Amino acid sequence: MTETLYPELPTTRSSAFDPPAALGVLRETEPISRMSFPDGHLGWLVTTHALAREVLADVRFSNRAELQHSPIRAGGKPIPPQPPAKPGLFISMDGQDHAKYRRLLTGQFTVRRMNQLIPRIEAIVRDHLADVRAQGPGVDLVETFALPVPSMVICELLGVPYDERESFQRDTKTSFTLSQDFEEIQAAFDRIEDFVADLVRRKHDEPGDDMLTGLVETGELTDEEVTNMGLLLLIAGHETTANMLGIGTLTLLDHPDQLEALKDDPSLIDNTVEELMRYLSIVQFGATRVALEDVELGGVTIAAGEAVSISIPAANRDPAKFDRPEDFDIRRPATGHVAFGHGVHQCLGQQLARIEMRVGFTELFREFPDLRLAVPVEEVPMRDDMAIYGVHKLPVAFS
Amino acid sequence: MRVEVDPDRCAGSGMCALTDPAVFDQSDEDGTVVLLDPTAAGHEREAREAAHLCPAGAIKVIE
Repeated sequence: MTETLYPELPTTRSSAFDPPAALGVLRETEPISRMSFPDGHLGWLVTTHALAREVLADVRFSNRAELQHSPIRAGGKPIPPQPPAKPGLFISMDGQDHAKYRRLLTGQFTVRRMNQLIPRIEAIVRDHLADVRAQGPGVDLVETFALPVPSMVICELLGVPYDERESFQRDTKTSFTLSQDFEEIQAAFDRIEDFVADLVRRKHDEPGDDMLTGLVETGELTDEEVTNMGLLLLIAGHETTANMLGIGTLTLLDHPDQLEALKDDPSLIDNTVEELMRYLSIVQFGATRVALEDVELGGVTIAAGEAVSISIPAANRDPAKFDRPEDFDIRRPATGHVAFGHGVHQCLGQQLARIEMRVGFTELFREFPDLRLAVPVEEVPMRDDMAIYGVHKLPVAFS
Repeated sequence: MRVEVDPDRCAGSGMCALTDPAVFDQSDEDGTVVLLDPTAAGHEREAREAAHLCPAGAIKVIE
């Protein structure tokens, strides 16, 4: 008997800002469909907002590393099975194992704590915008603004010396580059781990007013646990926000009516950030979960052990949730998007990311009211080859 | 209307405090939900929204 071949996750975008059209077709016709994973696993793909929320909130679906199947390849090859998460790498754990670590951090990322950071983030943003001006028209906004701002913010929070950023910025980029072989990605990840492990050792002798020191001083964690928690925050803390700042700026420049509306009424910034998150959904290949038992979902039975790929871009363009989902509209009700995920793994740093984007875009367009692209929009190199979508470079001009 | 919260289920995402800081706060200790006003008087719509947005299902609104 021959097995039916099912399609893999659609990855070819229909335009720079729009997810693959095939995802929209599936959402209309078969919101939960069979999908082949590159390693040969036969699983499922979910494309509606309602089903995405349902899977992500259901604890019968696991995020444990050793159960996963990746919907995408690295270096053109399937990603090999992974060992269980190392101690402290809580993103790849379930239940109490996950909660134990997350609870030690959530108090540091509350709405109130993040609001208290606004003056410092404004200062960091202004310093970098001064550098943008000094470099003059033609400057790459990714290199001078979008990447260094969140990088410096997370370094200060964690207590990572900012002047040591070169290696971990390079290794973080490598670890998200899908054209790299998995061995290269793993090696880059291991180098970041070594870097943070060394830092954690130093925190014992040279404590600071920072999160790594705080975790060390709980006395509840081994250095290995602190290292893995710290490296999660370091990686997640700059790569994601950096890409939102880059492609978010491009999106606003490419929608001049929306940008004008924002300049006319700066109080629209909070909703603009939500709409950018929804519209862009930069975690472009979504989340994956694995059923721990047989689960009825949307009229089908997901068998224990089967993986479900949850398309975040498709869910955030679901017309059942958002009117005219293809339109970028900073006045629409955009909350309820799943760009930060949903369920107990929902982005821990989301309130920090929101503040960085609000301050970042506000200050950028205040400092450079006539900011424009220095190249035609179709020449902006897009990150189709990266796990996190965005722009590789953003050359801009201003007077 | 009555609002109930379950800090044991809470994932500390802050969606409730972001949606309506008059009804919801977060513990400085571990970021879990703190209910400021169980009646959500005058904030019924926001309380329902917060319950819907909560990623961990830690907020219930009893009409």
